[in-house]
Amino acid sequence: MEHTLSLTKQKATRPTMADRLQRWLPKIVMAPTMLVTVVCIYGFMLWTFYLSLTNSRFLPSFNFAGLLQYEKLLDNDRWVTSVTNLGIFGLMFMLIAIVLGVALAILLDQNIRQEGAIRTIYLYPMALSFIVTGTAWKWILNPGLGIEKLMHDWGFTDFQFNWLVSQDMAIYTVVIAAVWQSSGFVMAMFLAGLRGIDSSIIKAAQMDGASMPAIYWKIILPCLRPVFFSAVIITSHIAIKSFDLVTALTAGGPGYSSDLPALFMYAHSFTRGQLGLGAASAMMMLAGVLAILVPYLYSELREKQS
Amino acid sequence: MKKQRTSAQKQSVFKKSLLAITFAAATSVTHAGEVEVLHWWTSGGEAKSAAVLKQMLENQGDSWKDFAVAGGGGESAMTVLKTRAVSGNPPSAAQIKGHDIQEWGDLGFLTSLDDVAKAGHWDDILPSVVTKVMKYDGDYVAVPVNVHRVNWLWANPEVFKKAGTSVPTNMKEFFAAADKIKAAGFIPLAHGGQPWQDATLFEAVALDVLGSEDYNKAFVDLDMKVLSGPKMVETFATFQRIHNYIDDNSPGRDWNIATNMVIYGEAAMQIMGDWAKGEFAAAGKTPGQDYICAPAPGTANQFTFNIDSFAFFKLSNQDNQVAQKHLAKTILDKDFQEVFNLNKGSIPVRLDMNMDKFDKCALDSMSTFKASAKTGDLVPSMAHGLATTSYVQGAIFDVVTNFFNDRSADPKQAAQQLARAVKAAL
Repeated sequence: MEHTLSLTKQKATRPTMADRLQRWLPKIVMAPTMLVTVVCIYGFMLWTFYLSLTNSRFLPSFNFAGLLQYEKLLDNDRWVTSVTNLGIFGLMFMLIAIVLGVALAILLDQNIRQEGAIRTIYLYPMALSFIVTGTAWKWILNPGLGIEKLMHDWGFTDFQFNWLVSQDMAIYTVVIAAVWQSSGFVMAMFLAGLRGIDSSIIKAAQMDGASMPAIYWKIILPCLRPVFFSAVIITSHIAIKSFDLVTALTAGGPGYSSDLPALFMYAHSFTRGQLGLGAASAMMMLAGVLAILVPYLYSELREKQS
Repeated sequence: MKKQRTSAQKQSVFKKSLLAITFAAATSVTHAGEVEVLHWWTSGGEAKSAAVLKQMLENQGDSWKDFAVAGGGGESAMTVLKTRAVSGNPPSAAQIKGHDIQEWGDLGFLTSLDDVAKAGHWDDILPSVVTKVMKYDGDYVAVPVNVHRVNWLWANPEVFKKAGTSVPTNMKEFFAAADKIKAAGFIPLAHGGQPWQDATLFEAVALDVLGSEDYNKAFVDLDMKVLSGPKMVETFATFQRIHNYIDDNSPGRDWNIATNMVIYGEAAMQIMGDWAKGEFAAAGKTPGQDYICAPAPGTANQFTFNIDSFAFFKLSNQDNQVAQKHLAKTILDKDFQEVFNLNKGSIPVRLDMNMDKFDKCALDSMSTFKASAKTGDLVPSMAHGLATTSYVQGAIFDVVTNFFNDRSADPKQAAQQLARAVKAAL
């Protein structure tokens, strides 16, 4: 308030100065955050790219090494494993979380009693840190402590559920934990979307004699297209940046069978003194993010124009 | 009212002057300077040991600025240290060990401690294997705190009695005993399935199969012939066979939980460095009676060492430089060596120590340490970063842990992979 007051006073005396100030004020106000963003995000991105082209080991070095680090990376068994894992984990997590989220949202949309309470119960896992989720599921899935032992204690001695300690299946336990945590959140997004749909369309369809499943399949779900899009973007970025969940749940093990690119990057940059290789893996991850983000931004911008 | 106020005023004046006097006294004492020490001794016995060092320095008039960064193997601490060092504000000393000392030396961050070393006759009181690690380019740049023996076997005698067998001294006996223990319904070997623990076990097997000379060739000289040779294949084969005697729940388990399995008679043995002794001590067990410490099978006269040490950084402030030298001297002080190592389960790095207060395991460790230093059987631990650089170590970890967790892996192929991975990391 004081600012505007002083501005108007100035305007009375020297109009040109105030005009100029008014024109520049938004830019000046935005400048610090802009500077921080440009330096700390885009600047460091370029810096990482530069590092990935050097032979940096322990500390950053400036000896240009061409694409050596990328060659090393593609030749690295552990990197190949971690990228494959990201593919398995990312796709399964997104698919299951969205299908489950939509299903829960539709069920919850049937005007049931105590909806608020149920919604909160489903949404609540999202309030936990992935570290907590990982640790809890580590106990639940451990054959000697969790589900398998429980079933054995109940007399089902043939029951086997040892995914957590099996090299082939460990990555799927990560999917289970991530789905458990995130599907409630996806549900909340879709529930909001469902509430936003004009009920007169549904009533009109009902008048025409359409069955409830047909209405959902042909009318409501297509209307939720933008929500699907946001859900994909959000879950995919949860998948790509996933680090804490795996760290707490399997620590990339057994062996490195449930390793993910983020874990690979951290291990090589910060504990193994392979900054160059770590930077190269970070750039590969960035490329993955861009591959999703660019089409999304493109479609968003095109929609706005039309 | 008035009277009271004046007395209060008088009191405050008195207090102020007293304060001034103490300040003057304090400044005259602490003139020596300040040491800032980066370490990750944040848990129980370790924190106690750090407190001892702090007290000893403060008694000499230096002030101690603690720079403890929590987090296991010091990963986060190293990241903080790199930022501080690059920005020109390194601490006086940091907990850096093994090959990383050479890396920091290469980058030109470390200061020479040769005058302190000469005054303290470090060359005479420390074994040459140790001094080699502490020197960069012929100058002392780091000070060792302790020596851990890594190739230990911890055993629960009660389980052995129930299974009707005895603590194995070589691999053949190990497998025979393990079969009996398994038949008796116990877990033969407690193990935590984390990469560094897999590597610790692998290293113990490698020391037995390869022998000290080839062990050094493989993990110190990185000789490709030995790394992919027939003896390495045999090492992998034996290593794989051991997996049959480990319970299925081991992946991701912490080492101390595995130790507790031995303490409470769930498992018979664990192959782990002597820091495991701390767990037995914390559970109130006596060595020789409640638990047995024996060399890892087949490595009785060999000693895989892991040394904790502090590297010293170049400082600009002269008072702090003096304090830094005090710190270097104090770490090798006999009193500190004794108290610290009693707390940590390791043995003193000085060869001229009075070992009266140490237990049987430490005495065994010390005598093997001295004997093996002469015969060339004192070898650096690969799993704990004393043998190679962190990047080669990481490459070995990847191959070893991946092999160990894949029950159908081929030992021949693993040896080839090992050589290839090491070559790629160089």
